[in-house]
Amino acid sequence: MTGLTPNATPIHLAVALDGAGWHPAAWREPGARPDDLLTARYWADLTTTAERGLLDFVTIEDSLDLQSADPFSDDVDTRTDQVRGRLDALLVAATVAPLTRHVGLVPTVTTTHTEPFHVSKAVATLDHVSHGRAGWRVQVGGTRGETGNVGRRTLPPIRRDLASSPEGRAAVRERFDEAADHVEVVRRLWDSWEDDAEIRDVTTGRFVDRDRLHHVDFEGRHFSVRGPSITPRPPQGQPVVTALAHQTIPYELAARSADVVFVTPHDDEQAASILGEVRGAEARVGRNARPLTVFADLVVVLGSTTDAARTRRRRLDEAAGSPLTSDAHVFTGTAADLASLLLRWHDVGYDGFRLRPAVVVDDLTAVVDELVPALQRAGAFRTAYDPGTLRERLGLPVAVNRYAAASA
Amino acid sequence: MTQHRKQVILGAHFPGVNNTTVWSDPASGSHIDLSSFTHFAQTAERGRFDFLFLAEGLRLREQRGRIHDLDVVGRPDTFTVLAALAAVTQHLGLAGTINTTFNEPYEVARQFATLDHLSGGRAAWNVVTSSDAFTGENFRRGGFLPHAERYERAEEFIATARELWDSWPVDAVRADGADFLSDASAGTFEHRGKHFDVAGRFTVPRSPQVHPVVLQAGDSSDGRELAARSADAIFSRHSTGDGAREFYLDVKGRLERYGRRPDDLKILPAATFVLGDTDAEAVDRAAEVRRQQVSPQTAILLLEQVWNRDLSDYDPDGPLPTVDPIVSDASSIVRGRARQVGDPAAEAARYRAVAEAKGLSIREVVIELTGRQTFVGSPETVARALEHAVATEISDGFILVPHITPGGLDEFADRVVPLLQERGVLRRDYAEGATLRDHLGLGPARPASDWGTGVSAAHGASAEPLRTGVRASA
Ligand SMILES: Cc1cc2nc3c(=O)[nH]c(=O)nc-3n(C[C@H](O)[C@H](O)[C@H](O)COP(=O)(O)O)c2cc1C
Repeated sequence: MTGLTPNATPIHLAVALDGAGWHPAAWREPGARPDDLLTARYWADLTTTAERGLLDFVTIEDSLDLQSADPFSDDVDTRTDQVRGRLDALLVAATVAPLTRHVGLVPTVTTTHTEPFHVSKAVATLDHVSHGRAGWRVQVGGTRGETGNVGRRTLPPIRRDLASSPEGRAAVRERFDEAADHVEVVRRLWDSWEDDAEIRDVTTGRFVDRDRLHHVDFEGRHFSVRGPSITPRPPQGQPVVTALAHQTIPYELAARSADVVFVTPHDDEQAASILGEVRGAEARVGRNARPLTVFADLVVVLGSTTDAARTRRRRLDEAAGSPLTSDAHVFTGTAADLASLLLRWHDVGYDGFRLRPAVVVDDLTAVVDELVPALQRAGAFRTAYDPGTLRERLGLPVAVNRYAAASA
Repeated sequence: MTQHRKQVILGAHFPGVNNTTVWSDPASGSHIDLSSFTHFAQTAERGRFDFLFLAEGLRLREQRGRIHDLDVVGRPDTFTVLAALAAVTQHLGLAGTINTTFNEPYEVARQFATLDHLSGGRAAWNVVTSSDAFTGENFRRGGFLPHAERYERAEEFIATARELWDSWPVDAVRADGADFLSDASAGTFEHRGKHFDVAGRFTVPRSPQVHPVVLQAGDSSDGRELAARSADAIFSRHSTGDGAREFYLDVKGRLERYGRRPDDLKILPAATFVLGDTDAEAVDRAAEVRRQQVSPQTAILLLEQVWNRDLSDYDPDGPLPTVDPIVSDASSIVRGRARQVGDPAAEAARYRAVAEAKGLSIREVVIELTGRQTFVGSPETVARALEHAVATEISDGFILVPHITPGGLDEFADRVVPLLQERGVLRRDYAEGATLRDHLGLGPARPASDWGTGVSAAHGASAEPLRTGVRASA
């Protein structure tokens, strides 16, 4: 990978928050605060730490089912040795919004069982209460557990091996097509109020100009939605839509619907090939928006020396009873070495990185106190927040209102 | 504090999307920005209110097929704003109106349990049943629910939510180094019913209140019965006089057959107020507020709701129309809110009689007849009236609806609250660590299995005898 032109744009950095961390034994670490996972204080502490590190945004994991060792399995999870139970991610983001000023807040909200109308106004409101810092991590749902919990529809469950048969692929494709419809409705509803719809014109007695409010009239295979939203257009116009993707169909969903995609390269070779797949997906779906902003996801186990990091990982694995496995590459080493890896992949074409701290209290702190300074020394990361919305920070263009443009 | 005085429960209703809310006043601020909600909530907390209250409507209202543009339009998502307010308040209850027709129990239970955790036990749910096909056009299932079944679904919805809230045993989260869970089946639930057939694992461990406070807003006999069977409080429109007392006695009288005591269900009517240094000044200010609430255009619009026809060519400063109202209910011109006019012909006759007797224009007669101000007077007068209403079984308290965002509660908190405190009917301070259930004197949440089926196990086993009459409050 040597010989690449250095990427002159700054690196974007996000942290993925989930319970006590991404290692199943994270909650056992000294200082992990496992009793606090359901408190506002815990989440406020994590997000203010992320803000101290000038991070672009945090994501917050969620699901419409209880955590389990294998969400795709039909067997009931009976483990008692891992974190179970969590709060609604969007509401956690809303609670920390008034306690932070800069860091972007990107909760996970699923598409399969939720109402696009509710999701649209919830993310719009998160954007209002955070003054333009909201995002949404779109997650396609549909495991057996979620379907049984919500109960509104019966669906064939999404299984891990689905992609290996043609029928399986068709079922997955259908679920992702529905997700694309869901995002489309959410986005239309965000635009259903023009920015200047509220006029407060005393002479005519009108609070709004109803010509600047728009029905969205979406009609799809799975639902139709009339609109307009009940919530005025959010400050960013379009909050930042993100998706995690590992395969062709999810890459295409991201290319159709998202602003930012999280991908999971495990080595330099995959780093290059996955980027190529993302660009291929964009071409196939005819994306005419700006190309996806691409983040690589990494689980991070940091230490002051490589040995110290390895010892930490070994200790965690032993406590968990099995080695950590992940869809993303697990980086075990020093912040300086992680900085080198990020700079290298940045040069390949990655815009940023979403780091999943193995133990949130320890690895988030190391990201903020060690990785960020290392990247700053390399001239690759901001040294202060600029004012502005999350879109602006990520270099996304001003979101033009589709209806205002049409009626102008 | 004198113990025997019955406490006045106070809710603070964020000014809503109807003509009670005056947006044309220079003091009127944003209805969306968090700063307005924060100001309002912090004023309520300074005034030692029990809770803040948000209404909800899931489709913009329309009249004669067009989006209604004369009142405040637009509001944020209820849960999201309440979660944000949890961070900027410490004691105040946070009540959100959430509909049972266009939601599913799993999601709503998760959101309220989350809010209860994030706020340290301050969540409340105002259950509403709006089920019209007009609102349904914004949702996956459309207008799927027959009107007659909306309370049936609401009741099963609440019951299912309670089962979910109960699904994590006490101390299921152990997190002591050996095991994270003390119970491998924590969160397991199963509900097989007519409206909900769900089973699985609930995501949110037991919250501080276990069940948030449940309010019900619905006036029909079915609505009152739902409150008597399933709620902790009822939000009503009956704020004064004989109507309020009848409502109070009717609803409290429904409790006994469910093994509940009169104190178990709080009656909380909506109430507006206008203050002045003297009663006379308050009356003048109230008249001015009425003119602000009923602009010339709003006068025509409200008259159209009575006449049920297009009156846009009429002069608001001129006389009432000579044409008769359209009586057919099927063709209601108002959509997105319950129609509040009973018999259009009788109502029109009443308008004509008043206009004729007093020589009033359209706008004047609308101001006269659609007035909703409950308490008008000096702080002394208003404090006395509040205390009196609660002492005489008009209500157990009020959900106050100021007409200006966000400062409409300021004067009340500054001038009326100290008088209520002096009279011993409002707390001087919140009890340390108190939940909303504690503020309201509701006692611990009863488990799901205890609700709704006649005499409750908990009360039957209780050493305290059930009171038989409705005159519970000393
Ligand atoms: C005081 C009061 C407040 C209400 N607030 C709301 C509200 O905020 N949102 C809503 O959708 N419905 C609201 N409703 C409507 C009720 O949920 C119900 O749909 C309506 O009153 C019709 O039911 P009923 O025939 O039992 O009265 C309210 C009703 C009352 C009496």
